This record gives sequence, C-alpha cells and structure tokens, in this order.
Amino acid sequence: MKSLFIWGLLSLTLLFTACSKNDDKPAPADELEGLTLVKTISNATHVIDLYTGTGKFETGYNSIYLQIKTTSGSLVDNATSSWMPVMKMMNMSHSCPFSAIEKKQGAQYTYQGFIVFQMPGNDMEYWELTLNYTVNGQAYTIKERIQVTDPIRRKVQSVMGSDNKRYVLAMMEPSSPKVAVNDMSVLLYTMTNMMQFDPVDNYTIQIDPRMPGMGNHGSPNNVHLTQGSDKIYRGKLSLTMTGYWKINLQLLNANGTAVKGEPVAGDNESSSLFFEVEF
Amino acid sequence: MKQLVCCALLLSGLSTMGQTVPAQKDSAKFQELTEVIVISRQASRNKNNNLLSTLDQYLSSHEQVDLIKRGAYAWEPMLNGLSSERSVITIDGMRIYGACTDKMDPVSSYVETTNLSRADVKNGQSGNAHGASIGGSLDLVRKKSGFGANQFATHIFSGFESNNRQRILGSDISYSRNRWYTDFDFTFRKAENYRDGKNQEILYSQFSKFNLSAAAGYKLNEHQQVEASVIYDDARDIGYPALPMDVSSAKAVIASIGYTRHHLSNTWQGWETKIYHNKVTHVMDDTKRPVVPIRMDMPGWSTTTGMYSRIDGKSSRHQFKLTASAHHNRSLAEMTMYPNDPNEKEMFMLTWPDVHTWYAGLFMEDNFQLHRQWTLNSSAGVAFQQHQLKDESGVKSLQIFYPDMQSVKNRLLKNFGSNLQYHPGNWRFSFGASYSERAPSVSEGYGFYLFNSFDRFDYIGNPGLKNEQSFSLNGTVAFATDRFSLKWQGSWFQIRNYIVGMPSPGLIPMTIGAAGIKIYEQVPFSTVYSTSLNASYGIVSGLSVSGKAIYRRGFTNEQLDLPMMQPFSYGVRLQYTSNAFSAEASLDGAVKQSKYSPLFGETAAPAYSIASLGAGYQFKWKKNSFQVRSGVENLFNRYYTTFSDWNRIPRMGRNLFLNLIIGFSEPSKAGL
Repeated sequence: MKSLFIWGLLSLTLLFTACSKNDDKPAPADELEGLTLVKTISNATHVIDLYTGTGKFETGYNSIYLQIKTTSGSLVDNATSSWMPVMKMMNMSHSCPFSAIEKKQGAQYTYQGFIVFQMPGNDMEYWELTLNYTVNGQAYTIKERIQVTDPIRRKVQSVMGSDNKRYVLAMMEPSSPKVAVNDMSVLLYTMTNMMQFDPVDNYTIQIDPRMPGMGNHGSPNNVHLTQGSDKIYRGKLSLTMTGYWKINLQLLNANGTAVKGEPVAGDNESSSLFFEVEF
Repeated sequence: MKQLVCCALLLSGLSTMGQTVPAQKDSAKFQELTEVIVISRQASRNKNNNLLSTLDQYLSSHEQVDLIKRGAYAWEPMLNGLSSERSVITIDGMRIYGACTDKMDPVSSYVETTNLSRADVKNGQSGNAHGASIGGSLDLVRKKSGFGANQFATHIFSGFESNNRQRILGSDISYSRNRWYTDFDFTFRKAENYRDGKNQEILYSQFSKFNLSAAAGYKLNEHQQVEASVIYDDARDIGYPALPMDVSSAKAVIASIGYTRHHLSNTWQGWETKIYHNKVTHVMDDTKRPVVPIRMDMPGWSTTTGMYSRIDGKSSRHQFKLTASAHHNRSLAEMTMYPNDPNEKEMFMLTWPDVHTWYAGLFMEDNFQLHRQWTLNSSAGVAFQQHQLKDESGVKSLQIFYPDMQSVKNRLLKNFGSNLQYHPGNWRFSFGASYSERAPSVSEGYGFYLFNSFDRFDYIGNPGLKNEQSFSLNGTVAFATDRFSLKWQGSWFQIRNYIVGMPSPGLIPMTIGAAGIKIYEQVPFSTVYSTSLNASYGIVSGLSVSGKAIYRRGFTNEQLDLPMMQPFSYGVRLQYTSNAFSAEASLDGAVKQSKYSPLFGETAAPAYSIASLGAGYQFKWKKNSFQVRSGVENLFNRYYTTFSDWNRIPRMGRNLFLNLIIGFSEPSKAGL
C-alpha cells in the first residue's frame, strides 16, 4: 500500500515536470481555442492556415485568424503582413472593408484581423485573397481564391445613401444573442473607390428591432449606436424572446439627416436597411 | 367520546352559521369572525340546491365571495370585491400557488366537493394566519370521518346536468375505529359545451376532471394523533370560452402529514403541526382553436413546500391562538410561439422567470371576554417574505425593462386588528378596524408579457413595487329569534399603494391584436366597500323564506372605477323541508351595472333575473340511504351575463339536474 503511494507520488512529479517543460513553448493549439480552420493557402516557402469562429467565411463581418508556417512546419512569429480581398466579377472587380493584420493579443504565433465581405461568391464571380507578408526582411505573397457564403440571416448591407455615397454596414455583435439587453456593435464604411473603403465618423445608427413573425412587435429600451474612439459604433439591443428578429436601421449623418432607412410606422413594416438575428 | 360529541356540536353550530343564522353564543369565540360555507351532500345542511355541483357553485352561494368566470370551470374566487391577489386561499391551512399566469387555475380548482367539509371565510386582516392578505382568507377544510365508533360507511353518487351533458360519478368510503380512520373518495366529471339562454352553443366550454383523495389518521394515545392526507386532481381538455387559449391538462398533487396534541396543560388546549408539499402542472395551449394568429404553448409549474404549527389556549377570560407558518414556492411559466413561416425558429420566453418565494410568518389571535355581553377579538402578525429569481436569463429579460433590478427582494409584512362585539339579548353588534399589508404577486412583480384578454393589454410585472397597505373597517349588526333573523354586514377598505396595471403608451405589445402594454404601477390609494343584508323568516314549521342583497363599489383616488365590482344584486329563496322531502324555489338577479371600468375593457353588465326550482326526497331502506334530487336552474332560459363574467360571455341557459346518492353504513364489530 505504502509503495503504491510512493509510486503514485513519483509519477505525479514526473507528470508535473513534463508539463512545466512544455510551458516555455505554448502549444499553438491553445492560441486557436474556439477557432476552426477555414482554408489553408500556400506558396513555395510557406503554408498559411486561416481560421474563423464558424469555420467558414460568410457575408458580413468576419474575424479572421491566421498562422504562418514554413514548409518544414515551424511556426513564424515575426512576420508583418497585410491583405487585400478582391471580388472578381464578370466585368469589374472591387474590394471591401478590412482591417490591418496584427498579432492576436497574448498570442505568439497567431495573427488577427477582420474582413467585411458584402456579398457571397459563386462559380463565376468570386473572392480572391492576396496576403503580403514579410519575414526577416524578405517579402512574400500568396494569392488564392476563397469561398464566401451567405449566412441564413443578414449581417451586412451595402447601400447607396441619399447623399449618393455607397455605405457598407456590418454587424459585429451580438454574435450570440440572448434574451436580454445585448451589446450591439456595427462597423460603418463608405466606399471611397472600388478598392478603398474608409470608416465613417460621427454618424448615428438608429435601431428598431421587430419580430415580423409575431405581429411585428418591438422591444423597449434600445440604445441607438454611436461611434466610439475605436471607430466602432456601439449601442444596446433589447431582445425580449428567442426567435427571428429584424433589426430595422436608419443611418443618420453627422447633421442628423437620414441618408438611408425608413422608420417602422403605420403601414411601413420594415426599413430598407436592416440586419437579422435569429436564436 | 364526550369531545367528539362537542366537536360534532361545534360543527353543526358552524354549519347553521352559514345558513344566515347568527353564531351561537356558546360556540368557540374565534369562529365568530369566521363565515362558513358548508359543503355537504346533505341537502338540509347547505345552501346549495344542486348537491353534486362543482365547488365553485358552493362558494358562489356566499355573500363575501364573487367568482370570476372564464368558462364553466375553475372560477376564480374574489373576497370582498378584492381581486384574488389580495386574498389567500388554502386547503386545510396549506398554501398552494396556481401555476397559470392567466389565473385560470385558482387553488379551488384543484379540489372536489368530496374532499371537503366546509370553506371558512375570514374577512380582511383576520385572514392572515397562513399568508399575507388584505382581503381575507378562504380555507377549504378537508373532510375526515375522524376517530370514533367502529363504522364502515360508503356512498355512491351520480349526477347529470342536461345543459352541458355533465356526467358526475363518484364514491367515498370511510372506515373508522377508536384508534384510527381512513377515508377514500373519487369523483369524475365530464361536461360538453354549454348553451346559453338563446340556445347558442358556447364553444370551448367543455371540461373533464378526475379527483382522487385519501386520508388516514392514527391515534397514538388519548391526546395525540397523526394524520396524513393526499389529493390527486387531474383535469383535462378544459375550455375557456372567454379566453383565446384552453388548457389541455391541469394536474395537482397535494399531500400533508400532521400531528395534533390535545390538552397539553390547563392553559394550552391543543397543538397542531403540519408539513405539506404540493405540485401543480398547468398546460395552456390553443391546439383546439382552428384559427389563431399564431400557435402557442404556455405551460406553467408551481411547487410549494411548507409547514405550520398552531397552538391554542385559554385562561379565565382569554382564548388565544398562535400560528407560525412557513413555505417555499417555485413558480415557473414559459411561452413558446410557433411562427407561421416554417423557416423561422420558435419564439420562446419565460413569463414567470423561475420565481422562488420564501415566506415565514407569525400570527397571534386573542379573544378577550370583557364583560358578559362584550368581547374583544384582537390579532396581529408579522411575516418575512423573499422573492428570488433563480433563472439568469429570466433576470436578464426583466432587466430589459428594469436595468437596475436585483434578483432578490425582501419584504416585511405586518398586520394587526381588533374587533369589538356586543351581544345584548337577540342582538349582536360588531365593529372592527384593522391594518394589513401584502406583497405583490408573482405576476405583478415578475410577469413578462402576460396577455389579458379583457382589456387586451400585455402586462409586464414591476419588481420595484412597494407593499400594498390596507386600512379597513368592518361592522355587523345581527338580530335573531327562533323564527326570524336579520344580518347586515359592511366592510370598507382603503388600500394605499394600490397595485394596478397602467398603460405605457411608448411600448409595443407583443401579442398579436393587443391594444398596448400595461405595467403594474401603484396609485396612491383605492377604496373598496362592500355591504350585504341577509334575512330569513320561518313562516310555518318547515317552510321558510330568506333573502339577501349585496352591493360593492371600488374606485381609485382619482375616482376611476375598479373592475369586477358587484352591482346591486339580490336573491330570494323559499324553502320547504319535512323529514324526507325538501323543495325550494329561488330567484336571483342584479340591476344593471352602473359603476364599471372602461379602462379594464369592461362594459356595463346588464340587469338580469333568473329563477330556479329544486326538490329532493330521501329515505332509508335497511342499511341503505337513498337521496334523489332534481331541479331546474335558469328556469325561463334567460340569456344573461354578470359583472363577473370575463369578456361578458353569456351564462348557462336552462339546466336540468339530477342527483342520486346512495349510502351504506354498518357498525363493524372488531376494534383496534
């Protein structure tokens, strides 16, 4: 009995030391917790794994994570990189709103950024992602076609405002809505040219959540979205029950003039500008 | 044995009280403030003509009780014109909370007449022994054969009502010995839709109910006994014609174990302790309705566990009683809506977000014989109550309306009152004043989008409500001789921080077709008064005439009329009884309602009067007793609706009833 105890203690000690050895080189898997691989792209020197929370690229806001490996399999932790998503259409091409790529907070090998795809791809018209990166002073590039699908419910809308500007609105949160007052956040961009989208400042995004399946009723105590210092528009979204909600939007410019969207009132059951939430 | 005789005398004394005869002077003084509704299959003992009618019909015979009707089943009792949140209904002192968010299952819907011997009504603050109440209490008292001579008794009863083809079948069996007794009974009812006075079928007014109950007692020794009781009630396919939804199943299991000890000392006469547990499952749905804007299910669950301990005693001029009670209730209700678009997900919300209620209270009563003709009844109580929301998502959903809401709310509820009585000769005068408080109900505090089909508003609870406080006065003047009796009763309540749903115009209702949202708020005060007059006169031996008149009125401090207030109503009854034969004719009616609440969606209930006839014959043959009763309710097939009919649905047209009760009893030889 006594020897069993000693053996147990010994093996525990061994286990512990084994663990602490691993600690100075964290397993990359830890950095990827909760993420699913979407696609692996590669060139002659590197293999790049692209991850999202859902395991796919969808129309709307996509928080994308990536890891760069050499072809021999070792992870790169000193790359600087940028990307350029382009929609290749039959007779034109355009880009979409996207961020810079930065190191994921607290991670050694994982990089992070976002892309707002405003439309899905198909066989004829598709998204192409170009990744430019520099490792140890040497520049590399990978260009590959990626698949972007439509989610069941709308999370992005690209519209022409009454001021003849093209806007892209993309809902970041709530990504997992609850029956509660949800934090809501939206990215607002305007198309400066086909390849350049810039954040829009000092607008207001008014929200009016409704349930079309239940008499188009609404919810109280919503807070319209206004811009924070990080450019993100934030507000509060009240959802009183589960199910399908249509979040009717009105986009107001810095002067408070509506440039897109109509109020839900009288016979008008929906705004032309809206997001959808279903849970 | 002597005690048993006393007990029986006391009971018969109580039962006569219910029959408009004032309290006998030698009966227990505590009971003088209690009104009794006798529930018996003995025609001579109760006011109800149709012996096998539902409990609701028995209760409706009493002046203090109004019943809100949403159909033919589960009428909601109101005491003294105050809505049901303001009073407490118990079964043998046990607290039960209905599991329906729309008040479709009052406590009284989970018992049968065969389970009960009587219902005790206490008015106002004096009904605080088992829960904080301002309107009063209604205690449904279990029937038990009790210890006694070795006897075996059984009844089989069957009834039929023509209008809704209600079939009633039941039986009870009791077996008593010196040291123990057992009671067992069951009742089955099944009714189809009823027809109103225009012979129109009232769709969705059917119901069926099965009730089973058992009780047993064992005498440990001369002064100590234990008793156990269980009631199982299972109602199915219940229609609510006044509402947009029905109930496919309403079930309750109600169980208790009690210990009683008599003659602890010369001062302490009796001590009773009971622990109990009950569970109610209520399934509201609209599966039977062919056309609805959207399909929905609204099930609810309520579980209550509690105890009470009561000790009573006396000294030379005092009689006193102390009741300590505690209970815990869990109320949970939810709503699932099925979208017409099959691609959309179901809509779900918690309408009662797992609300836990903890209650512990102490109530003291004292009866002080000031003088031979003067008595002072006093009582006071204090209770602690806690509401706790245990469902995190439920708290979050209410925080949509109340961002600073806490999931726990504690309250202290106080009450006290006195009643002075003077009985010179054949007269009895009584005057009382009292103060009591109540906490908001589960729906008033935490209900979420509860649709009220009367005013067509969705109601949202308000967790920040203060306690309601009631100042009340009551008086009685009674005169009785052997042949003539007269009793006037009046009560006046001023309720501070009166809780009422108020429209919130900025909010969008959820229910399709609803007019808006009402949030429970508090108005500075409301006043409710109630008065009734009873008289009876024995014309010749066996033939008597009796009459009653009732009026209630309620209004807020802004003179807005409160809903469901009884207009001037009257009843006259001519009764003949001989040994074997009894017959009666009655006329009941009301004048047109002049004070009603348009804010609550009310329209004036029209005047009506209906006549009823009944006759019965009972005889014995060997060891068997036979009782046959028959009668006609609403003799002239009048089309009518009353102040307490939800959405003014018409009441039942002409209805013939037939009761047949066969009894068998035998003294058994062997004793335990």
